[in-house]
Amino acid sequence: MPSPGPLRFQLNGHPVEVPAESARILLDLVREDLHLTGTKRGCDLGTCGCCTVLLDGRPTLSCLTLARLVEGRSVTTIEGVSPRQGLSRVQQAFVDHGATQCGFCTPGFIVTATALLRDHAHPSKEEIERAISGNLCRCTGYTKIVEAIQSASREGV
Amino acid sequence: MATTGSPEYRLLGTKIPYIEGPLKVTGRAEYTDDIQRPGMLVGRLLRSPWAHARLRSIDVTEARALPGVFAVLTGEKYPTPFGVLPITHDETAIAVDKVRYIGDIVAAVAASDERTAEAALAKIRIDVEVLPDYSDPRDGTGPVKEPIHARGLLGSNVQKEVVQHFGDVDAAFAQAAHHVRVRGNFAGVTHAFTEPLATIAEATPDGRLTVWSATQVPHYLHRSLSEVLGIPMHRIRVIKPEVGGGFGGKSDPLPHEIVCAALALETGRPVKILVDREDVFYTNHGRHPTQNDVRIATDARGQILAYDIEALIDGGAWSSFGTVTTYYNGVLSMGPYRVPNFRYRGRRVYTTKPPSGAMRAHGGTNIRYSVEVALDQLAERIGIDPFDLRDQNALPPNSTTVNEFRITSTSFRKCLAASREKSGWDQKFRKLPYGRGIGLGCGFYISGSNSPIHFTPKMPQSTVHLKVDMDGGIAVHSMQADIGQGSNTLLAVIIAEVLGVDLERVHVQRVDSDVSPIDLGSYSSRVTFMMGNAARAAAEELRDKLLEAASTLLSLPVSSLVVAHERFQSKADPKVGVSFLEALHTAMERVGALTASGAYNSPAMGGTFKGARAGTAPAYSFAAYVAEVDVDVETGAYRAVKVWAAFDCGRALNRLAVEGQIEGSIHMGLGQVMGESMNYRGTRLLNPSLLEYKIPMPQQMPEVEILLVGDDDPEGPFGAKEAGEGPLIAILPAVGNALYDAVGVRFTDLPITPDRVLKGIDLRRKEGRPWKGA
Repeated sequence: MPSPGPLRFQLNGHPVEVPAESARILLDLVREDLHLTGTKRGCDLGTCGCCTVLLDGRPTLSCLTLARLVEGRSVTTIEGVSPRQGLSRVQQAFVDHGATQCGFCTPGFIVTATALLRDHAHPSKEEIERAISGNLCRCTGYTKIVEAIQSASREGV
Repeated sequence: MATTGSPEYRLLGTKIPYIEGPLKVTGRAEYTDDIQRPGMLVGRLLRSPWAHARLRSIDVTEARALPGVFAVLTGEKYPTPFGVLPITHDETAIAVDKVRYIGDIVAAVAASDERTAEAALAKIRIDVEVLPDYSDPRDGTGPVKEPIHARGLLGSNVQKEVVQHFGDVDAAFAQAAHHVRVRGNFAGVTHAFTEPLATIAEATPDGRLTVWSATQVPHYLHRSLSEVLGIPMHRIRVIKPEVGGGFGGKSDPLPHEIVCAALALETGRPVKILVDREDVFYTNHGRHPTQNDVRIATDARGQILAYDIEALIDGGAWSSFGTVTTYYNGVLSMGPYRVPNFRYRGRRVYTTKPPSGAMRAHGGTNIRYSVEVALDQLAERIGIDPFDLRDQNALPPNSTTVNEFRITSTSFRKCLAASREKSGWDQKFRKLPYGRGIGLGCGFYISGSNSPIHFTPKMPQSTVHLKVDMDGGIAVHSMQADIGQGSNTLLAVIIAEVLGVDLERVHVQRVDSDVSPIDLGSYSSRVTFMMGNAARAAAEELRDKLLEAASTLLSLPVSSLVVAHERFQSKADPKVGVSFLEALHTAMERVGALTASGAYNSPAMGGTFKGARAGTAPAYSFAAYVAEVDVDVETGAYRAVKVWAAFDCGRALNRLAVEGQIEGSIHMGLGQVMGESMNYRGTRLLNPSLLEYKIPMPQQMPEVEILLVGDDDPEGPFGAKEAGEGPLIAILPAVGNALYDAVGVRFTDLPITPDRVLKGIDLRRKEGRPWKGA
């Protein structure tokens, strides 16, 4: 297989240029090659949502995405949705409401919720549940996650 | 719900966000797979495709010759058996002589990269003699052709048999006015934690071995590594990074952890093994598939006279916690009720399937479902309300059970009163329209095991060390293992409470066996009770040193001083006082940094008969849950609409964490009721993925109203008891009994899938037995 040229895309707002074989998976590229370990590997099958990143702003399962598919596009990971200092509104709400327990699913939820609240300032409980239905959490029963997202949306303008 | 605690305490009893929260919401919390070591190799495991086979030969020549392969290991190098219980060591790091289930580890490779490691596995040649497999425990209770383990009782596959009899059960049944029998079949379920199993090991030229692992019990891992690898414990260092959920599934020392260390020793390089999701399912150690046969007798008024119980437990390939499971299925069936006569026969049988072990509310869940369904039937037969039946049978505080469990605090009757009132039970029970139902389920659970595994009785079950230096930061060392339940936060809160300081001064250190004093880790719902008491003792020792210093500075006797916020002051005149730092710096004169240590030992308890200590605990939690369900009677689909969860955890020290445990438990329990099941064709697991093994979705979560009604426990830290496992148990029978109220069908097996509900509804219709007018 001919080795493709370097892969160019926007990562967390910055242009990057990295080698990536055709079969390289975006999750591996992000975690193993670029050492951004906030994005978690939970199943490698698109079933758990722990690896969710934003691709051109849309929540996307990085474990099911070929790295070459992001050529020229924009990828935002949990590191990219986190402010340089402090926490974002939705992150603060997750902390305050105890919406993290083990925390392994949390980055995926934060990324998903960030996109939801960007597009819907005041989502209903049903809209929140639909938005997070691709993210599994085994600790919280989702109760406090939904509460946190509701609370973050109420604080928004 | 109140968000402020008792006026007695500044922090305890309030809702305190988890201290790791900011790291977890930003992806900065470090889990095992996030750690990279220089020159790290990839470890991969070859798993058996045979359920039961004798290994004739394994040829690794080609695999070893592959460029980039650093080591290939097979079972004979480290054949020492291990296991979580010292009395049942029957696992090996890599299969020796035989494989015992599909997924058993046959060989391991360390290579420069994943692709090379996979290629090497493909080149390993194995010659086997296939042996008969055993998928059903009923086939293993007598002598078998090829026992799975040599230790099976009398040539059978029975790993453990427990027979107990207290009082005279036959006489009690003979004089009983009522009795019921409930036979139940329970599918195996698994923890489904989100973080897959992962381990990194590194052997260094100074003769030491460091192991980072996603474990709930670093100490048992430490011991097992030492035993199997033949290295003294002091040369091994075990580090627990953040752990992405456990629920019991990371409490056994697991073979891949030992294999990873062995590969590091072989290669001299750091090695990482990440167990992929499918293999996590094979590793399992989840809740045992069980067949229960429960008979309960009462007098004419519903007073319980006797239990007669049998349990047949499908153990899978190894013992794991199975001896404990076999006891628990009996002894945890009684409380929260007084049972004067009790007979139990439990058998755990090896099968050639993935091993079962401890899962949240271990040993107390399936049997509880059968008992609570039986009590619901009895109440109906006698013609009394299910609440009244339970209330009149409640164990009183400060009592002893027939098998000599010491019951100190119990607010079980308050749980009953609260869930009855808040749920509007008296207006709803048998009065809701067809398809809508309400049900009661109760439970109790140990708050830490009095009989710890792997420990001499005089050693404390938990120890906490504190160090505070001139900066005023308090470093806390403990080997309790936070796996997301909030035990680090509780540790910090207790210390901040006792010392009167802000929470931000307290820095809970990562578990590291080189510096953390031993605590037996996160299992058996022991952490709040045992670590909490140890933390309190350590903090009080430090507080007393600081009060001495304050006394010197103020020229006032210690007895006249009190701890205030960041300050020690006169009881009589709060304006007279010194700051925390002033007292600290005075206390440090000539001695330097202050240290303090606290420990917890549970008191002596339990009878003297064989197995008497199984299930004894320094305290028990109690629960009474009501669930309201809505059934689509045309499809059998149903959902729990609302749950009233009355729980007695003594004093709730961090209400946020207690609520989180209850909500999460209800989610996990609902999964087992509504559909979770490890499905097998013979011995082959059919659904080893989170797509096919489905945990409940957000839309399936009911509204949960939490009712914390516990009185202070006399021995718990600040009156607290466990809230991590007990909250799971009651939801299962509450839903099962609510389904009966909704459609008039008894469900004795789990899970209760919609097709089974529909079949039950159809059968009842065909038999011409209308229910609530339908």
